[in-house]
Amino acid sequence: MSEHISRAFEEELRTLDTKIAQMGGLAEQALSRAIDALNHHDPELAETTLANDRAIDRLERVIEDLTISIIGRRQPVAGDLRQLITALRIAGHLERIGDLAKNIAKRAIAVAVEQHPKHLMLGFTHIGETALRQLKDVLDAYSQRDAAKARRVWQQDEEIDAMYNSLYRELLTTMMEEPAHVGLYSHLLFCAKNLERIGDHATNIAETTYYLIHGTVLAEERPTVDNTSFARLTVPSKS
Amino acid sequence: MLNPEKGQGFSHTPHTASLLSPSANAARKRSFDARLQLRLDRVWNHLWVRRWLIVLSALIFMGLSATYGIPWYACTLALAAFALGAALIPRGGLPLLALTRAPADAGSEAIDVAKILIDALPDPAIVLDRAGTILLFNGKAGDLFESLKPGFHISRVLRNPQVLDALTECGSKLPTQTAIFSEKVPFERHMAATVSFLRFPREPRNSAILLVLHDLTEQRRLDQLRADFIANASHEIKTPLTSILGFIETLRGAARQDEAARERFLAIMAQQAERMARLIDSLMSLSRVEMRAHLKPQDPVQIAELVAEARHALEPMAAEAEIHVEVRSQLNSVTVLGDKDELTQVFLNLIHNAIKYGRPGGRVVVDVNRIVNGSAPKISIAIEDDGPGIAVQHLPRLTERFYRIPGSSALEKGGTGLGLAIVKHVVNRHRGELRISSQEGIGSKFTVILAEHKADRDGAA
Repeated sequence: MSEHISRAFEEELRTLDTKIAQMGGLAEQALSRAIDALNHHDPELAETTLANDRAIDRLERVIEDLTISIIGRRQPVAGDLRQLITALRIAGHLERIGDLAKNIAKRAIAVAVEQHPKHLMLGFTHIGETALRQLKDVLDAYSQRDAAKARRVWQQDEEIDAMYNSLYRELLTTMMEEPAHVGLYSHLLFCAKNLERIGDHATNIAETTYYLIHGTVLAEERPTVDNTSFARLTVPSKS
Repeated sequence: MLNPEKGQGFSHTPHTASLLSPSANAARKRSFDARLQLRLDRVWNHLWVRRWLIVLSALIFMGLSATYGIPWYACTLALAAFALGAALIPRGGLPLLALTRAPADAGSEAIDVAKILIDALPDPAIVLDRAGTILLFNGKAGDLFESLKPGFHISRVLRNPQVLDALTECGSKLPTQTAIFSEKVPFERHMAATVSFLRFPREPRNSAILLVLHDLTEQRRLDQLRADFIANASHEIKTPLTSILGFIETLRGAARQDEAARERFLAIMAQQAERMARLIDSLMSLSRVEMRAHLKPQDPVQIAELVAEARHALEPMAAEAEIHVEVRSQLNSVTVLGDKDELTQVFLNLIHNAIKYGRPGGRVVVDVNRIVNGSAPKISIAIEDDGPGIAVQHLPRLTERFYRIPGSSALEKGGTGLGLAIVKHVVNRHRGELRISSQEGIGSKFTVILAEHKADRDGAA
């Protein structure tokens, strides 16, 4: 518990923390529901997710207003100033995560009627759960001011990137083998990319949290193994 | 019992200073502002406690002044002196004053009773103030949420939107609400959170919220598992079954008289049938582990024993594959809290894989070590082989059910595709970690990391 001359200031900072945690909870739930909607062919659940995205956007505006008003009125320094700046950044990242989850839900509605190939969906569940775990861990790290946990999340982004690589190849191969269902596989490809982006946002939140606690930036180059941007795939020519 | 060392106990938020004993945790207050507030609270409490004494003396004095004509300013001065005198009487007071029992005393009695009551509840329970700040909680809640501490807002450990909304709406108009929520990570859990409004009748300003969590996971799992099992099994069992039916057709028809063909086909059919049996066994193991994923294992087991058992069971297979299995361990006795059968299965599966996918004449090394860095010592069991290794893009997918590396000989070697999925689930259940590393052409290493259990430390476990 920190010491402040003004108890009201302390209260305001705690309210900010609470609002970030609340927004984090909404983002976690949006992601979890979007993945379920995709896996269980559940358009209704997807619709609920789309509707709840408004709450996330609203909270971001509330957090922005609150942060700016605190900066204006209290003119904080050092750790307090870092807390306000990081609150703004994290709210931004959470809002993007909410949008990406919304996008997955939209695509879940689009592919609900089609049969998903089992081997692909197992891979999806895996990458989805990993992204969800990263998000939960990083939000816990922020709430509990745990720099070690934030660092671990930052390092584990490799896992999601590797899984995305693997899914990308698998999807492209499947697209070549079954061109009739290429629409379905395109949607799945975008969903996989969204999950990878969510993982990146979680990593950014981790970096921001580390900065909040220590005042210094995580120095090393972030480990990343996503090389799909460089991948070249040769389509066998039809004879 | 609430353990002050673990941070269970009273809150020191100013809102509830009069609800809880003001002297508790006073030493932790470092802010001058808060200390001043606390002193003012204390003075007010003293006066409030002795309010009847003050009123009585005021009436007597007014009576006297009316009778004997003492001027108003003298009365005020005398009244102030009386109030000061009353305030200076120590807490608990003189025996005569015991009749005016302090509401704060009654309050802290209520808190003592609350402590005892929630500790006796079968479910995790947390008492919060109206704003959502944690006041106190029982041992089960402390187990459920690792970083639960009084004085912090509940959103520090629990972020589910439905539960937070229920807490905000909780009040005299909506005294009880239940919110059902689920978590997928780190393992699947379904909970029902009941939020109740508590009002203390003698202190209308003070109210609190009781949050009780009830675990619904077992129930949900039973339903889901049945559906999952059928979905999983049907796909994987269909293939060998189709092939057996095909051979039966052939034996009944074209190959009826063909002695050599019959022998060959019967061998293949037996192989496929055995594969189906193994698959069903693995699926049942997996189901069983999944059912219990949310329950932490409680029995102490000896790692060295289990590893030796697994190795012994696989001796014949290792001999046939001409692979030498070596167990290295610097530690005499290593104990973890776990399920003996499940952990043996883990080592069996990992060593079995190492032998199966190793190169003939190669080596499999099982290394048991203690890792000490930071809070708690951990045990690592690493199974390393010098086989052909696994390409890096497959590593994150290895623990998925039925994942087969495309183009490998896994299918012919009779794998069920579930071995590593079972390992992953068991390690998760034991709140441990599974690390996989491999280099093509050099070999693979599978490491299981578990928290060590020190028997003498956890006497009161």
